[in-house]
Amino acid sequence: MNTGSGSRERILARIRTAVADAPDAPEVVRDYLDTHTPEDRVVELLAENLADYRAIVHRAGTEELPGLIGRLLAERGARTVLVPPLLPPSWLSATPAEITRVEDDVDATARELDAVDSVVTGCALAVAETGTLVLDAAPDQGRRRITLVPDHHICVVRTADQVVGSVPQAMPRLDPTRPLTWISGPSATSDIELDRVEGVHGPRTLEVILLAE
Amino acid sequence: MSGTYLGMPAFPAAAKEAVGNETLRANLRHATHTIRDKRAKAVAELDDWMLLREAGKRIKDHTLRHLDRYLVQLEESVTAAGGVVHWAADAAEANRIVAELVKATGESEVVKVKSMATQEIGLNEALEAEGISAYETDLAELIVQLGDDRPSHILVPAIHKNRGEIRDIFRDRMGAWGRAAPEGLSDTPGELAEAARLHLREKFLRAKVGVSGANFMVAETGTLVVFESEGNGRMCLTLPETLISVVGIEKVVPSWRDLEVFLQTLPRSSTAERMNPYTTMWTGTHDTDGPSTFHLVLLDNGRTATLADEVGRQALRCIRCSACLNVCPVYERAGGHAYGSVYPGPIGAILSPQLRGTGSEIDASLPYASSLCGACYEVCPVAIDIPEVLVHLRERVADQGGKGHRLEKAAMKAAGWVFDHPRVLAAGEKAASRTRRLHPSRLPGAGAWTNTRDLPKLPPEPFRDWWKKNRAQDRGKGARPAGSGTQGRDAHGPGVGGPNSDDRKDSGT
Ligand code: SF4
Repeated sequence: MNTGSGSRERILARIRTAVADAPDAPEVVRDYLDTHTPEDRVVELLAENLADYRAIVHRAGTEELPGLIGRLLAERGARTVLVPPLLPPSWLSATPAEITRVEDDVDATARELDAVDSVVTGCALAVAETGTLVLDAAPDQGRRRITLVPDHHICVVRTADQVVGSVPQAMPRLDPTRPLTWISGPSATSDIELDRVEGVHGPRTLEVILLAE
Repeated sequence: MSGTYLGMPAFPAAAKEAVGNETLRANLRHATHTIRDKRAKAVAELDDWMLLREAGKRIKDHTLRHLDRYLVQLEESVTAAGGVVHWAADAAEANRIVAELVKATGESEVVKVKSMATQEIGLNEALEAEGISAYETDLAELIVQLGDDRPSHILVPAIHKNRGEIRDIFRDRMGAWGRAAPEGLSDTPGELAEAARLHLREKFLRAKVGVSGANFMVAETGTLVVFESEGNGRMCLTLPETLISVVGIEKVVPSWRDLEVFLQTLPRSSTAERMNPYTTMWTGTHDTDGPSTFHLVLLDNGRTATLADEVGRQALRCIRCSACLNVCPVYERAGGHAYGSVYPGPIGAILSPQLRGTGSEIDASLPYASSLCGACYEVCPVAIDIPEVLVHLRERVADQGGKGHRLEKAAMKAAGWVFDHPRVLAAGEKAASRTRRLHPSRLPGAGAWTNTRDLPKLPPEPFRDWWKKNRAQDRGKGARPAGSGTQGRDAHGPGVGGPNSDDRKDSGT
């Protein structure tokens, strides 16, 4: 296989020649704001911004959560629901028995996943200012593909410790060695005459449950 | 760079055609005005926008100054995380590497995420010549591919097509590429998007090889980042077994933390959203999650030559947001195709002639495809002083010996086109006078890597008047045309393209 090793040296040499006489660049100054949002506003702002980008926002306490999830799946008409490996068992405890739980099987093909109606996950964190959920494929979220192929995604955010105000506050809490997916509303396109169409390839319906424990 | 479209007329001829096309002009006007207004609102939400802009600029400048070091570090990080790194000096080498990698998988088709770098090198055509089908999966790119067309805008590449035309393309062409469009397809955007979803889903579910670009690469961690809206990116980046990413060398940033700046500035500048619907970050390969094989092809293709120019190198900071297109009065009239490359608008006018050189008529004419109103600089999230680079490149075109004279004449025809369309220019000047008070006379580190350079001043005398006067003279005397060389630069005000003691740089997805 060609790994272009000759080109590696050539490109690096060209770069060195190109900048040989350049003075050093001024230092990067990070005097921009760490956040634009007061601490006590973050959960409200998250809810507003999620809704603004057409996610459907719900709120629940620990007690109501299983009932809410069961109701959302039933209302959706889901017959099957994908379950990440370590989703807290109580979350699906009130989901009707006729909705079949599907484990994420490493050998399952994308086509098999495509036959599943809904998926329920947790998240790594949420960013209020941008209305963003970040998934990091932890065991309560599962592999990236399970939140991609099904058309309906229910994501639970623990408001006590998973909501940050801003992107700069999110970065140190995320582990770049994990695969990360930043989700801000359902997929969308404006490619046709700039008319916004919600829902193209990812889950076309995104429901977010803000869980106050 | 192999991306010059064959038979491409120089800017003035192509632009004239576009100006005559009412559909195109109406679409463009609607699109550019809508996005620019939304962008202004999204940017206004952040009080510290100018500080983010300055930080983004400096991160890029610093990286470019030490590009060799960061690329080597990136290579180590990606390799340690399970990826394989390849280096491609030019388009032909990059295409060859990708074709070999695809062939090694035994597959004959790939799904693609929208990527300007792969368009720049003509990857789809190169793969086709090797018997490999490359399927574009971004909705607009699909429209362009099925219509055998060319993209006309960085963000919304099919903006020159209206819904009726798109319906016809889907109805007539989808069947030949896979799942046909549904019977009785209407021209509502919702139905058209649904047709694309069904058509592409089949391809995603069976795809074994994905090809992408990347918006950023993090040297310290080996992380690649792709911003998108539709979910086609996530499909291509996670479902296939093999992922091949072709990325310009200027896309590297040093640290994980640097992303916090661009995650704030890119979506707001580009789609005018607080955040785009989906962003994927991956680091090498991740066990059973996503592709088990990952190849990164680092692309030079004219970037190191751009880096060697002390004024022009700032073009390498570009994060391809397309904000400069949406405020450009010339782009709005001329349309994206007139620029003759995958990079249209103001950024195309400074990037293409640097990546490809100014040897062809189209590339020599591009630096003149501007009224120098400065609106592009105002909106640029990494503060690229596009007018300064344009003036610098005009000088380069004018200085070319031999065929330079012919090129310069062609280029001046482009300038003539601009100035013979007074509405274009009037719009530009209005924008400039509106923003003039926002021009600080000096910004730390502006333009170059040192703190010593003053910002270029806007011309004290309206540029059009100056140009007319000079052109009239030149015609009379047969002297060097205006707008080029030092004569032109001095005549329209000190500072534009003025003394600069540095090197330069560039950018891209
Ligand atoms: S030059 Fe600046 S405004 Fe234009 S696309 Fe690049 S980053 Fe955006």
